[in-house]
Amino acid sequence: MNAPGAVTRRPRLLPSIVPITAVLAIAAALAVPGFTSGPNLSNVGQQAAMLLMLSMPMTLVIMSEGLDLSAGALLSLCGVVLAKVLVAGAGLPLALLASMGIGLVLGLLNGVLVSVLTLPPFVVTLGTLGIAQGAALVVTDGNAVTGIGPQAASFYALAPLGVPVSLLIALATWGLTHVLLYHTRFGNSVFAIGGHRDALVLAGVRVHLYHIAIYALMGLVVGVTALLLTGRMNSGHPTVAIGMEFDAIAAVVLGGTAFERGDGRLYGTVFGVATIGIVRNALNLMGIESSMQVVSIGVLVIVVIFLDSSRKQKGRAA
Amino acid sequence: MSRAAQRDIQPRSGLAGLRERLGDEGFAFGLRIILILGIGVFLSASTQGQSFLSTANILNVLRQASLIFLLASGLTLVILAGGFDLSVASNLTLSACLAAGVMKATGSPLLGAAVALGCSTFAGLCNGMAVTLLRLPPFLATYGTLWILQGLAFHYMGGNEIFGFPPAFRLLGTGFVLGIPVPVYLMALVLALGTVVTRHLNIGQEIYAIGANPVAARLSGIPVRRRQLAVYTASGLMAGVAALVYLARVNSADSGIGEPLLLPAIAAILIGGTSLFGGVGSVLGTVAGSVILALVINGMNLLNVKSTWQPLVVGVVLLVAVLADLLSRGRRERIG
Repeated sequence: MNAPGAVTRRPRLLPSIVPITAVLAIAAALAVPGFTSGPNLSNVGQQAAMLLMLSMPMTLVIMSEGLDLSAGALLSLCGVVLAKVLVAGAGLPLALLASMGIGLVLGLLNGVLVSVLTLPPFVVTLGTLGIAQGAALVVTDGNAVTGIGPQAASFYALAPLGVPVSLLIALATWGLTHVLLYHTRFGNSVFAIGGHRDALVLAGVRVHLYHIAIYALMGLVVGVTALLLTGRMNSGHPTVAIGMEFDAIAAVVLGGTAFERGDGRLYGTVFGVATIGIVRNALNLMGIESSMQVVSIGVLVIVVIFLDSSRKQKGRAA
Repeated sequence: MSRAAQRDIQPRSGLAGLRERLGDEGFAFGLRIILILGIGVFLSASTQGQSFLSTANILNVLRQASLIFLLASGLTLVILAGGFDLSVASNLTLSACLAAGVMKATGSPLLGAAVALGCSTFAGLCNGMAVTLLRLPPFLATYGTLWILQGLAFHYMGGNEIFGFPPAFRLLGTGFVLGIPVPVYLMALVLALGTVVTRHLNIGQEIYAIGANPVAARLSGIPVRRRQLAVYTASGLMAGVAALVYLARVNSADSGIGEPLLLPAIAAILIGGTSLFGGVGSVLGTVAGSVILALVINGMNLLNVKSTWQPLVVGVVLLVAVLADLLSRGRRERIG
């Protein structure tokens, strides 16, 4: 035992997800025929790109003891808005601005309700989930938005230096989030909000500003992700992305980010994304449908949480 | 203590005085009755009194409310104990699908009901174990089970629909006794049971205590984890009951049957005055909340609002209810 008042530092454990990702990747390469083929690996990367984008700001949200259940519904809404603007004959930049604008507005709404009014994040974002889903249905009358022209699809097909543009944007989002989290005052406050928000308030930090910014960033990134989604599908659909927040939250939790004490690492989330990408792709190749993939991911999350918590308890006992 | 002191010093008049005479709970319930009457008057005025005030429509509203209430009743206990259960609606989906499948295969409603209730109760138990043994935050654990149950339902149904059930089973959702729909009797029964449990049994008081302050509850010898396990299991059981009634009513099951019910159920609880922060609220409040929500949905139908507007409206109602909870909590804290 340490003397009372002594500063104790828990040992920095490597997240369990790192070896798990490695084991799963090797298992998939050995057991699933076709997994290691070039086109398939590029496919894994492309599918993981959107998930990586959503998971980056979601990591910050969860680090700050929050949750964003509305991300999937908001992504559908942004995609629909983007498609509608394209149908109206505007260019891709304007459509992207509109999509990011909608994302920002709902992100700000989440942030204000969570930070200023101190409402529980999961209920707030459940409410905005309903609002976003409803707005997407109202705007489209429940139908797909087609005839959006070739702009979005041809943007999605770009591959500078042979790397798909979706992967480039996702990696750029990772880089940006990394800089924001580890090299700015905003990033410090993300850890601190999750750790001890009241102390931050007492220290005179403009907590509301930073706390709202976390959710606003989530909304903005969702707005950009909508461009990739629309490009891939070449249409807008009001319910297409529902549940996509599940994969993002699962990736963050798999990556070892805890819902308390501002505990977590950004690269852990990247491993979480890789794991989910590998699992989904391998199960796909084995002919297992999407619903059972969700069940497997859920079970995997529980196993990893169990491993993490028992390791932490051991670490504390030592 | 400080409120009692205040009361001695200065007798209040107006709203505050009324609040003191009725008590917080009675006052809050009164407000909800006024809200229900208000919506009722608005709807009967805007539909020229014809379609809204017909006996058939009123009974329809009550039946709709009873359905929301059955799903929300177990969740009310969970929230009172300071937890949360996001999985109720997909739990309903899976057990409705299983009940439908078993009934089709065996022709026995009893067997179908047993399978559905068993499955939903087990899912509730799993939620309870995730919260008490794995010590996961309730909303995270139950968000996980939400998608696991939904995934299993998708898998079981494979995109198909199962419809057409024995008339004896359908009575559960569509039957009338003495001119009143069967689900309304179920609502009354569950309300009575829930009120006895929360108000008159020790376990009820313990649930409130855990919700108000889990640490204090543990220190005063309440078996916190066992009680939490019990409320999550009850929430699962009630999701199964709601699944059977809903299935009997709509006469067809698919893997999307429960999803639209999640937001209304949570909104009904919050409108009913149960606080998200635990320890405050009542099962009776949830009945009032369910009736208000059923009125809103019914009103949208009567006023020919397209059904695509429903999630949007319910989402706004949910946020307003959370805000109201926050404001009343602030006032309680200021007064208390």
